[in-house]
Amino acid sequence: MSTRRHLLGGGSAWLLLRALPAAAVSTITLEAAVQQWAGGKPVRTGRVTLDVAPLVENGNTVPISVRVDSPMTAADHVQEIVVFNEKNPQRDVVRLYFTPACGRAEAATRIRLATSQQLVALARLSDGSQWAQYVNVLVTLAACIES
Amino acid sequence: MADGARTRTLIHLPDKPQRGVPFEVRTTIAHPMENGLRSDGYGNVVPRSIITRFECRVGERAAFAADLYPAIAANPYLAFWLRLDGPATLTFEWLGDNGFAHRETRAVDPA
Repeated sequence: MSTRRHLLGGGSAWLLLRALPAAAVSTITLEAAVQQWAGGKPVRTGRVTLDVAPLVENGNTVPISVRVDSPMTAADHVQEIVVFNEKNPQRDVVRLYFTPACGRAEAATRIRLATSQQLVALARLSDGSQWAQYVNVLVTLAACIES
Repeated sequence: MADGARTRTLIHLPDKPQRGVPFEVRTTIAHPMENGLRSDGYGNVVPRSIITRFECRVGERAAFAADLYPAIAANPYLAFWLRLDGPATLTFEWLGDNGFAHRETRAVDPA
């Protein structure tokens, strides 16, 4: 059924998409974001784990957690874990900075997902090595641009 | 939005933390995390207002920090771990757009 309300709602959403300020919408791809973060050094698959449900009902609040098995000593610890997405308006999701005082390189938060897409968690260790895990997520109700 | 005093936060720490054993810290702060992409229903874009930074210090030393982006859900939740060698004051600080700043402190005395 197509009521006046539906038409108006759909129309304004379309106008909003057209009128998004250029600065708010990231034009770089997921791979470009990963390359930028990596700074020309190699990124290997493994070590870092990104936990997120493969099927998400509500993209407005999606629990995720990231972790690296690390002793978290001064000599051997995780410095940073970042999460990028593929299809939100911006590639950045969160950047987490760890120190040996953390004791464990693990963190959790809740994020927004605009649509079904790929996520990546990237970890940088104190020995300079960089690790990645890619995960695909299916989203049924999208976040970000709905009022 | 810099009204730190009325901002509500939840900070969950274990009842009986132990020295040298990592424990989980869970934090939530009430904040809309307005991503600057939504319409107000009248064709105007609601201006961006998000929390951009979270920091946790043990005494004076930075222990954990996070940069947050518009992709973080409203009422940002962050859980992380700390390992303490003795009694300490934990400082939690949130910073954001439009001068938003909020700070909480908790004393912990691991057994």
